Amino acid sequence: MIRTQSLTKHYGRIRAVDDVSLDVHEGDVYGFLGANGSGKTTTVRMLLGLVLATSGTIEVMGSAMPRHTLDVLPQVGSMVEGPAAYPHLSGRANLSLFDAMGRGSKRAGRAGRVDDVLDRVGLGGVDRRPVRAYSLGMRQRLGLANALLRSPRLLVLDEPTNGLDPQGIRDIRALLLDLNAAGTTVFVSSHLLTEIEQMCTRVGILDRGRLVLQDHLDQLQRPTGRVLLRTPDPERAASLLVGRDVEVHADHLLVDAPDAAVLNARLVAAGVRVDELTPERHTLESVVLAASTASSDRMERA
Amino acid sequence: MIRVELSKMLRSRRTWSTILLIDALPTLVAVLLAVTDLGPRPGQGPAFLSAVLTDGTLYPLAALGIVLPLFLPIAVAITAGEAIAGEAQQGTLRYLLVRPGGRTRLLVAKLVSVLAFVVLAVLVVAVTAYVLGITLLGSQSLTTGATSVSGSSLSTTELVARTGLALAYAMLCMLGVAAIALFLSTAAESPLGAALGTMAIFIASTLLLTLEASDAVRPYLPTRYWLAFVDLFRDPILWRDLVRGSLLQVVYVGVFLAAAWANFATKDVSD
Repeated sequence: MIRTQSLTKHYGRIRAVDDVSLDVHEGDVYGFLGANGSGKTTTVRMLLGLVLATSGTIEVMGSAMPRHTLDVLPQVGSMVEGPAAYPHLSGRANLSLFDAMGRGSKRAGRAGRVDDVLDRVGLGGVDRRPVRAYSLGMRQRLGLANALLRSPRLLVLDEPTNGLDPQGIRDIRALLLDLNAAGTTVFVSSHLLTEIEQMCTRVGILDRGRLVLQDHLDQLQRPTGRVLLRTPDPERAASLLVGRDVEVHADHLLVDAPDAAVLNARLVAAGVRVDELTPERHTLESVVLAASTASSDRMERA
Repeated sequence: MIRVELSKMLRSRRTWSTILLIDALPTLVAVLLAVTDLGPRPGQGPAFLSAVLTDGTLYPLAALGIVLPLFLPIAVAITAGEAIAGEAQQGTLRYLLVRPGGRTRLLVAKLVSVLAFVVLAVLVVAVTAYVLGITLLGSQSLTTGATSVSGSSLSTTELVARTGLALAYAMLCMLGVAAIALFLSTAAESPLGAALGTMAIFIASTLLLTLEASDAVRPYLPTRYWLAFVDLFRDPILWRDLVRGSLLQVVYVGVFLAAAWANFATKDVSD
């Protein structure tokens, strides 16, 4: 769906994006993670042909960008760095204006299309007041509605839940998952880990302009090979497990054990009571932090 | 897309308040002239103003002479300066481009809408001035024909044709302003910057015209031939400055539109 090769962008002497090779498959909900200022937005802008790459290639839906912008973009819905609208017009007027701006957009059915996307983002009952009077959350929803016009095959969203309350965030997540289930590929950039964790199937992590990691979320959150154990008898458990790598914490133990079931059987057989026994998994946070530290070293040497 | 840009321009309250402001000055002058009956002496003050007291049908030209040096170029510079930089500042430029509009098409649509604004502004000024002229200042030409600047008389058809040419010439001059402002609008961060930059160029040009030392560059200054439309009302018409003025404006328009396109087509849109 999206494939970049050694994508690089210099602003003067600053390398905003450095040798990024993205690979987003059809049907993915792809989470593009990175701290503020790591180059996410610049990358998204390059994907959409707004910013021209210094070097490297971009392919969106099989066509080279930005050469085939006019063929590719009609099938892409996007929101880049926050929504924007003409403040003196109503949300509805804004959407029909943007719809009319598209190449080959038909006037017939425009009002229906606009109503449709407004319904989808929960603004169906919006009145005629100008966008100037909208709350941040309403603007965000309007921006999403704009991205959904023309039923895109690919959604590229930069921080789509910015400024929304928890209810709004849940709405948007449900909407995006719905669209994905119906066949839309979703590319979401965010600096919020939980956001990505709850929604995405694949994750790319950008750090200071470099793509430091790109993998399935399941793979990133794979078991660590250790088991978390809570028990009322920590001393007995620890003495039983001598010879293994055991880390004793205040309210739990971390035991190096490839199989939790085997460990459990052994503990219970020895009469150790077990409250909780879970295979420990890598968290996205630990993965991100590990990846980011490594690259900050590289920067210092350079 | 052109249609959308046109309707955006026509529906904008600013378009109409700007035109109203431009129109206010010649209206005020007409009222003052009618009330006091004190015209400037021939050869002084804005072109035609001494003649309109006896012949109101010439007032559209006098009005043009009043707004052309300052009011109209300011309005055009603001409108054209807004074109790209205004969208960028509002954040809507990126959404127009990813719709996708196509950069060249967007620039052309903006140009057409600015052009329409120029035509609209000039026509509104001319029409109100005509109405004011014949109601407040009276007309003699409807029966006897107007008097040209050279003193001979012009028939009504001649007057209409020459007024039309004068309006067209004024529009061409304003298109020159628009081209420069449009270029600056693709380069500047803010619409105000683009408009002020354009104004700076025209103020500099006006200033240099009065300077003897700038003799060598004078024929190439953008404002050099702006008021040459007066020559259309000499008998016979003095074409020299008009032709030079038109050619000069065509060159300015061509160069700056090309620069605007080259700049915008390869620009990183990161606002």
